[in-house]
Amino acid sequence: MSEFIEPNTEFSKEVAKRAGNTFNLCFQCGTCTGSCASGYFTAFRTRKVVRMAQLGLPTVLESDDLWACTTCYTCYERCPRGVDIPEIIFAIRNMAVEKGYMGEAHRKTAGFLLKTGHMVPINDEIKKTRQHLGLEEVPDTTLANPKALSSVQRLMMAMHFDELIGTKEE
Amino acid sequence: MAYAFFLGCIAPLRYPGIESATRVVFDKLGVEYRDIKGFSCCPAPGVTRSFSEETWLVVGARNLALAEKEGLDVVVICNGCYGSLFDVAHILNGDEEKRNKINAILKEEDGLAYTGKYKVKHFADVLYNEVGVDKIKQLCEAQQPYNVAIHYGCHFLKPSKHKKVDDPERPTILEDLVEAVGAVNIDYKEKQMCCGAGGGVRARNKDLSMKLTKTKLDNMKDANAEMIIDICPFCHLQFDIGQAELGEGYGMPVMHLSQLYGMAFGLPKDKLGIELHKTPVNL
Repeated sequence: MSEFIEPNTEFSKEVAKRAGNTFNLCFQCGTCTGSCASGYFTAFRTRKVVRMAQLGLPTVLESDDLWACTTCYTCYERCPRGVDIPEIIFAIRNMAVEKGYMGEAHRKTAGFLLKTGHMVPINDEIKKTRQHLGLEEVPDTTLANPKALSSVQRLMMAMHFDELIGTKEE
Repeated sequence: MAYAFFLGCIAPLRYPGIESATRVVFDKLGVEYRDIKGFSCCPAPGVTRSFSEETWLVVGARNLALAEKEGLDVVVICNGCYGSLFDVAHILNGDEEKRNKINAILKEEDGLAYTGKYKVKHFADVLYNEVGVDKIKQLCEAQQPYNVAIHYGCHFLKPSKHKKVDDPERPTILEDLVEAVGAVNIDYKEKQMCCGAGGGVRARNKDLSMKLTKTKLDNMKDANAEMIIDICPFCHLQFDIGQAELGEGYGMPVMHLSQLYGMAFGLPKDKLGIELHKTPVNL
């Protein structure tokens, strides 16, 4: 038997604060879900995520499906009501991560960003390849400029990114 | 007009041939570019924006502000970088409160500022709208008569409401750009579908990511494509490594548009890095 669920207006307000309140325009036509490549292969339903934002159902934060979205924007392009679905997904993902729901692979990648200023690590093989191509062995980015790196690190810490990725997954 | 050349991560650190090919192609076409010391990751939207919108905004704004300090527009060679830097600029341009907040942090840190005076452009946009198809045709020394499956990727065109580069469902820019060097554009099922790598999906859900990739590769193969043309190192990686991982003998070399142009303009092969691809390029 179905149970009654109390809408959590605080949750809806928080999503609206972060992503705008375009989700209130959604009339559940399902064009987004029908256009979703990830939804074709999984139980991920874009329409449902938007509905949960409308009703304020925080269980959406725990959902693994939330992370099936490739952010291809096809849903947003086709939405007849102009609901900014990727923006809503980013906002809900941010809220999930703040509660400690994050994939280990993502946390590791985020760690590279904090440590090196890049998401992809450099290694000796790449250095050699770059040299063969006539490029600088190490690109002149944060990888070759410690001052630039510490500046990026301080900016990230100003946003508490280090604390954020230190949180263990529940 | 010169550009600040934004490298990103995957091009310089996984497919440096794309970086190198872009440099020689820009030189050939007379596109002026400058390297800016101290750029970082854009930062990649899939993980960074999903984790912390504010971190994504401030790191992106720092990159934009570094280019602004030199008085330059930014050119990117990656849809992910475009997805971050263009969208960060778009958000900050339209939201004074956010812009002031980010600028207060940037100023304290580096004395930098983002004002929105300069633009972020994708190199395919620069080739099409600034260099132009006619000049590319004139400079083509070696026709590339292959059946090519074009993969636009997602963030070059979308969200089209802000980017306004081309029609997101029926674009023609890349078709014109590959035909300019003698390649034959092959239409295939679900041409505008994502490669499967974006949004953090490749890292977190490899199985799902590869299902999307396989669908695209099957559709390309069914349409008799001999080559895949992309404009994004992450899509490039997904199709190049993806074919090797799936092991189904697709045999479709994956070329970033800059590498195709390198061949068409007769530029030195040792600058194009195509021998570094996991899916062999035997043309």
